[in-house]
Amino acid sequence: MGRYVIRRLLQMIPVFIGTTFLIFVMVYALGDPVAALFGDRTPDPATAARLRAEFDLDKPLWQQYLLYMGKIFTGDFGTAFNGQPVIELMANAFPVSFRLMLIAIGFEIVIGITLGVVSGLRKGGGIDSTVLLLSLVVIAIPTFVTGVLAQFVFGVQLGWVSPAVSPAAPFGELLLPGLILALVSLAYVTRLTRTSVAENVRADYIRTAIAKGLPRSRITTRHLLRNSLIPVVTYLGVDIGALMAGALVTERIFNIPGVGYQLYQGVLRQNSPTVVGFVTILVLVFLLANLIVDLLYAVLDPRIRYA
Amino acid sequence: MRRRDSHHTPGAAEPEDAIGGAGSEIDLAKAEGETLEGREAPPRGLWADAWHDLRRRPIFIISALLIVFLVVISLWPSLIATRDPLDCRLARSLDGPTAGHWFGFDTQGCDVYTRTVYGARASVAVGVCATIGVALLGSLFGGLAGFFGGVWDALLSRITDIFFGIPLILGALVFLAMITVEGIWPVVAVITLLAWPQIARISRGAVLTAKQHDYVQAARALGASNTRMLLRHILPNAVAPVIVVATIALGTYIALEATLSFLAVGLKPPTVSWGVDISIASSGMQFRNAPHILLYPAGALSVTVLAFIMLGDAVRDALDPKLR
Repeated sequence: MGRYVIRRLLQMIPVFIGTTFLIFVMVYALGDPVAALFGDRTPDPATAARLRAEFDLDKPLWQQYLLYMGKIFTGDFGTAFNGQPVIELMANAFPVSFRLMLIAIGFEIVIGITLGVVSGLRKGGGIDSTVLLLSLVVIAIPTFVTGVLAQFVFGVQLGWVSPAVSPAAPFGELLLPGLILALVSLAYVTRLTRTSVAENVRADYIRTAIAKGLPRSRITTRHLLRNSLIPVVTYLGVDIGALMAGALVTERIFNIPGVGYQLYQGVLRQNSPTVVGFVTILVLVFLLANLIVDLLYAVLDPRIRYA
Repeated sequence: MRRRDSHHTPGAAEPEDAIGGAGSEIDLAKAEGETLEGREAPPRGLWADAWHDLRRRPIFIISALLIVFLVVISLWPSLIATRDPLDCRLARSLDGPTAGHWFGFDTQGCDVYTRTVYGARASVAVGVCATIGVALLGSLFGGLAGFFGGVWDALLSRITDIFFGIPLILGALVFLAMITVEGIWPVVAVITLLAWPQIARISRGAVLTAKQHDYVQAARALGASNTRMLLRHILPNAVAPVIVVATIALGTYIALEATLSFLAVGLKPPTVSWGVDISIASSGMQFRNAPHILLYPAGALSVTVLAFIMLGDAVRDALDPKLR
């Protein structure tokens, strides 16, 4: 196990370098951050040159990348063009987005798995058909449409929640945005759990458990669920990436001052240090989530052994 | 009784299933033909079998008809919409439905029905082009990695991982914000560039499975060239899972295009697209007193995405013998 973890961590290094370099090239080679700083005006050549030197933008791209990466490891993510250190922006944004993601994953696990198990156990029945159809409809409606509609209906017309989240973004106000963020993945979790449960419910070990006279609840939770959740856990790991990206849309609709919001502002204003910094952290989170999922495999399925 | 060629099974086929290779299948077919002639239909291949199955599924028929309809109106929108989508008069801004204009008017006073019909073109074009690009690039990388193995596999798989590490909306947003070219092509290019790892992983797995089979080993033993083995033996057996995932992905790319337009980096006016119209309708809640300007384009978009997802689902079920 220990050796496997080390090998996986080593494999992550080239992927991490590759992904961050790709983003770096996108932001610094395609865009011109200094020109963006001046907006619509033509930059004064002397000032532009001074700024380029200050932000190391006059060096070749690979050198800029190495300098940047070197700084990151000392905790210096550079300064946004408005003078605020990027790390400060992160310290404000990440806890908010983390709360949002926790709520979304919570919804996915509680509602998604429950619906999946219920419909998987009664495959072909009325509940099953309804859940299947509903999940397809939910998947087909893009998040930004459900988000805008939910904000209007619950926030403006019914007044149950405030349409925009306050800067502190407490848990209660994030419930509706979290549900919207989770919806599409929730539908996938439901479908995945359903298929998996429906397949496993016919397995020999379930028949054995029934023959032994075990109570139904124990069969469902200990035997059936544990085996059926393996693909769901994989999906949740990959989904963290989708949630982080999906938060861009949700945070924009509900005005949540999280990672997606900062990133969106950074991208539109070509605030390169902000964009590269945030994306680097997100990529790291995504890679680690995938590693943890692979390790969880071994816990859930004793047949899988990592040498 | 329906017979199925085990080596055509998409996805995971157990090694013991693969024993009955191409040779024994021909013998069996011959034997059946001689003894059971006239009593049983001749054995069908994977696709004929799937088609036989699909023809009876209402979900497949509905979604296929919907997709044909969408393709037709995106090629010739004037068939069902005679007005000009850019004929806008502010005097009738946000007016409700009238006799000649069933869907009412949007903020600029354009006919919502005409715009909804014309909007299909951009969405379908982005979806189809991006899917073709993703499928080609993904199968190329995944297929080569799976077929050649070793160093190639290690290298190509790491490249796949690198692109897989960038969340799709995030990467597309960063990229498109930097590109100043307008129109559907930058959107298509960015989706192709960022979404291919999904297909690459699937086709790599499919090729790895197909490569194990006896008939491929036999072809190699007979001295078949790499090209021949890939094109004649492996490709036909590895393409099914790619087609299924690509069909479902087509729907999600259409939704992605709309999302990017909503984030103001995808398509932009005057391009007529559902994403653009939804984006305009929802900015500042312009739909507050005129829900029709949001609901019609959003409904059209959702039905389209749904049609492709259902089609992919139905095809997958028909191709997967385990679900029978």
